[in-house]
Amino acid sequence: MTDLLLDGTPKTPTVNFNSATGLLDLRGRSIPENSIDFYKPLIDWIDEYGRAAKALTQLRVQLEYFNTSSSKCILDLLKKLEQVRNAGHQVEVLWHYELDDEDMMEAGEDYQAIVSLPFRMVQVEEVDGK
Amino acid sequence: MQDRVFDVYDSLEKQQIMLAFKGDLSPELIAAILNLVEHKMVGHESDPRMRKRVFNVVMECLQNLFHHNRHVPHGGGHDREACEERQGVVMIACGNNGYSVLTGNSMARTEVDDLKDRLDRLNQYGPEQLRELYQSTLGNGKFTASGGGGLGLIDIARKSGGKLEYGFVPLDGSNTFFSLNVNLTS
Repeated sequence: MTDLLLDGTPKTPTVNFNSATGLLDLRGRSIPENSIDFYKPLIDWIDEYGRAAKALTQLRVQLEYFNTSSSKCILDLLKKLEQVRNAGHQVEVLWHYELDDEDMMEAGEDYQAIVSLPFRMVQVEEVDGK
Repeated sequence: MQDRVFDVYDSLEKQQIMLAFKGDLSPELIAAILNLVEHKMVGHESDPRMRKRVFNVVMECLQNLFHHNRHVPHGGGHDREACEERQGVVMIACGNNGYSVLTGNSMARTEVDDLKDRLDRLNQYGPEQLRELYQSTLGNGKFTASGGGGLGLIDIARKSGGKLEYGFVPLDGSNTFFSLNVNLTS
């Protein structure tokens, strides 16, 4: 299957979902007015990827900001990965947050409380938003 | 002698407004305002966490205005252009104790009671209760038209850490002006 590559914009994140390595990268900002339109292709991609998932799939989230319109969509994306995990594949979420950004750390913990996926909280100096 | 421009300017100064906008909000304009806020905050605020919180609250407030503002015909309706606009107002004030994000928009009078109830409930909650409410609202699987499923105000209350101040001013039989003041103190 083809990889999913989207360049970041001031309101939408950079997406690099690699089917060969199983590394799913989401970074930058996710603050569009309508997130459902943006996230649908991402969720559909994971749906298809899940049929032939790698032994280990890693979702690497490095978001500087996300709005509440995106937060439901991000949850949907995580739930899709939950299905991949339930099908017997290993999945983990690498949730990045900046040193002083307690809010972004809490946001990761909020998801952790809702979905049954292993989370690794990764503290960084500055998230790579490019 | 009276000077309209000076009066408005003077009033903004007295209220320590660092940025004010009134008018029609489009996605492009929201991006431009957020960009401006981000740059202003870098010069204004040394605490990166506070900078992010202000940015977050302004972002949610602008998107609330964008999604919920209601068109109100002006005067006798002779000005067609004005009727089409999604007029909202947003201001950011910077005082000695922190920041205030002030927004105003018109809404249907029939929806006032629901909104007031929601705001009163949020104001009774402490940080942990707001977090629990956020998680349960996030996890309930419901989406609203704007996609947030009612998370916006909860998020604003969490980021503020204070009580949400609000007001409702009746405009006419069917419309009410809703104002929200979100205080962020360090």
